[in-house]
Amino acid sequence: MAVGIVGYGVYIPKYRIKAVDIARVWGSDPERIKNLVGEKSVPDLDEDTASMAVEASMDAIARSCINPIDIGAVYVGSESHPYVVKPTASIVAEAIGATPELTAADLEFACKAGTAGWQAVMGLVESKKIKYGLVVGSDTAQGRPGDELEYTAAAGAAAYIFGRKKFIAEVEDTYSFTTDTPDFWRRDGEDFPRHGGRFTGDPAYFKHVISATKGLLNKMKRDINDYDYFVFHQPNAKFPISAAQMLGIPKEKVIPGLLVHKIGNTYSASSLLGLAAVLDIAKPGDKILLTSFGSGAGSDSFSIVVNDLIEKRRGKARLVKDFLENKKYIDYSQYVKFRRKIKGVDE
Amino acid sequence: MPKEFAVPFHWRRFRERYQIIGTKCEHCGSYFYPKRVVCPKCRRAGKLKEVKFSGKGKVITYTVIRVPPEGFKIYAPYIIGIIELEEGARLLSQITDCEPEEVKIGMPVKACFRKIRSENETGLILYGFKFRPI
Amino acid sequence: MRGVAIVGIGCTKFGEHWNKGIKELAVEAGIKAIEDCKISGKDIQLIIGGNMSGGMFAGQEHISALLADQLGLNPTAAIRTEAACASSAVALRVGYLAIMSGLYDIVAVGGVEKMTDVYGSQAITTLAGAMDQETEAYFGLTFPGAYALIANRHMYEYGTTREQLAMVAVKNHKNAIHNPIAQYRKAITVSDVLESPLVADPLRILDCSPITDGAAIVILTSADIAKKYTDTPIYIKASAQASDTLSIYDRKDITTLSATVKAARDAYAQAKIKPKDIDVAEVHDCFTINEIIAYEDLGFCKKGEGGKLIQMGETEIGGRIPVNTSGGLKAKGHPVGATGVAQIIELVEQLRGEAGKRQVKNCEWGLAHNVGGSGATVVVHILSNNR
Repeated sequence: MAVGIVGYGVYIPKYRIKAVDIARVWGSDPERIKNLVGEKSVPDLDEDTASMAVEASMDAIARSCINPIDIGAVYVGSESHPYVVKPTASIVAEAIGATPELTAADLEFACKAGTAGWQAVMGLVESKKIKYGLVVGSDTAQGRPGDELEYTAAAGAAAYIFGRKKFIAEVEDTYSFTTDTPDFWRRDGEDFPRHGGRFTGDPAYFKHVISATKGLLNKMKRDINDYDYFVFHQPNAKFPISAAQMLGIPKEKVIPGLLVHKIGNTYSASSLLGLAAVLDIAKPGDKILLTSFGSGAGSDSFSIVVNDLIEKRRGKARLVKDFLENKKYIDYSQYVKFRRKIKGVDE
Repeated sequence: MPKEFAVPFHWRRFRERYQIIGTKCEHCGSYFYPKRVVCPKCRRAGKLKEVKFSGKGKVITYTVIRVPPEGFKIYAPYIIGIIELEEGARLLSQITDCEPEEVKIGMPVKACFRKIRSENETGLILYGFKFRPI
Repeated sequence: MRGVAIVGIGCTKFGEHWNKGIKELAVEAGIKAIEDCKISGKDIQLIIGGNMSGGMFAGQEHISALLADQLGLNPTAAIRTEAACASSAVALRVGYLAIMSGLYDIVAVGGVEKMTDVYGSQAITTLAGAMDQETEAYFGLTFPGAYALIANRHMYEYGTTREQLAMVAVKNHKNAIHNPIAQYRKAITVSDVLESPLVADPLRILDCSPITDGAAIVILTSADIAKKYTDTPIYIKASAQASDTLSIYDRKDITTLSATVKAARDAYAQAKIKPKDIDVAEVHDCFTINEIIAYEDLGFCKKGEGGKLIQMGETEIGGRIPVNTSGGLKAKGHPVGATGVAQIIELVEQLRGEAGKRQVKNCEWGLAHNVGGSGATVVVHILSNNR
């Protein structure tokens, strides 16, 4: 039974801070930082994981041309849910008008919580337990002041609706690679995460992304040349390009799905926003290979084939480039106010 | 409003605040936000039906709050506007994604879902509609 | 035909009274009112007190009981009226109705508000209690913000200018110099207003009435017995009240307080006079824009021309229609629950010829205009020194 993406929607907040402006405050070398990221998105004071998830979901519904009441499941993957206990998914479900006949839950697996949600919903749809399912990857990632990751920890959301009929892209198959590898973590009650520095490279990101991608190709008896686009999780501008090189993927197939230089690492939305950027330009028949990565660690790979319906439905909601172009720069002082890193503010 | 209420005070308004749901009086054709129990024009002759607004509208008037009440300190300055929805009903909310210098009477706007504020560090997070320029 | 007269008046200084709570303020005003006329406390048959928010300002509800007790008037009944900033004008109206009904002959009415026992942002939050909590306060609207929404629309529709708004504050400060009970007795200029910090665009600090403690009380009697208690009774020739939507956005015309229009029309009809017959008026300038709109809604000028009226100086003492000779809410102060009766006290002094340097010559008719919140309640009284 085929399952596919019936509609997709994205949301990226409009504020941006340039990496060099962060570097200046901490005395880091702006030339070195420029290779990792140019600028990143910053959520406004009135935005959070839930509000962005709702906005992306509304656009996904518009592109799907479905009645939201037919959505039978809502899963929201994030590592910055507004509540630790009380789901983001139920807020989204209420806001989009899908309540009360549906299932819902929040997921966490660092940056791959969204794609883990994909697999759960695909199962429910394929087994005919629900007609449509909505998955959102959304994050307002917090960067520890002065830490490497402060340059890239950004905010964004991407929503996908799955169904058995009238989909604009079929999700042919999926393969996952998971180990217990604590390359990046955050303890309960802590404001900021910790990470393993260089350990986040080979034993974490690269091992899982490469293994999952190769695993999917093996499983489907395909190779790199069968695909027109590759979208990887993008924690910075270097890693996905290095992974592509290691796999023998030509750079041109990766660049269209690479947004990190312009918006930073949107964590649970990262690979899903990259995929949306590709769907915004892909032609019927194009094959896309998507591999996410979540610290902890694991990667989910998907084989996606675009079909004719994309041309008709793509224009029914905002494109990724609409969000990339709608931007306003702020400085580090406004940034720390927006990210609530200042002590003693009486909200 | 005071810093914190018990859950039902806000919970009973979640749906209409998240989706902008009001009423239409089928007798006189007027639209109202929020929902009305009695049509102010027709009173008992009125026939009120629930209606979900499109969220599109224009700015009738606005101001920029620079001295905020409790619970809004970190958000100041913020823009408040009276918006006339395309269906005819008017309502009040914040205008976001916009600088104070950019607001104009007559400006077209569309509703978006945003956080309004938190009821202190341990209480509920309150969401609702705001408007952004289109 | 039965009538109602004001025979005694008393109020505290308006300002920040660090040493006085609600009890001290109310008693001070009450004693002055009693001593202003030849009355004894035991003659008072009913007490009506206006108070907007004893609860949120001082944790104190049941203000009616507090007043009867502290004024030493137990077991006389007391009623509290609440209509936000129009609380004591409503109290006056209830007192008027009580005497007109024939069931009462001597009634004490007044108002008290203690606003400085809370910090600034809590005062703002408390005052915002007068608007719709679920559809206006929920989004962070404040009272200056509510009137700023009205001001912006008025400026857009009629070309009213920032300078004209400032002129209201300038005039009222000038008048208050001669008012011994006023909170601010210092002149200001249009530049001072335009350079003061923004509160809610376009309104600035000097467009806004202050946070004030104060109390004001008057003694009412039926007109027939008034001369027993005073040589200068002032008669209530009209008492009218109207309502409008709680939320500003529900109004068809945001630049008009239609409750003012209705209450004024009813009041002029009761007194059998026209707007041009009014010799002196106390109007509700909680924010400068509201005085300009009051000129229009009370019929002192055409809709949209309020800005011109102030600019031409017609509402100065000595002008065609002196408005807010007391200094208004802006300079006299605005202890919200007491303001309505404080306006009446100014009119009584004018009509008795006791207004000193604020005196309007030859006045026979005075009008008081008290607004609750953003106009959902409006009370208009017309007084005369002629029965």
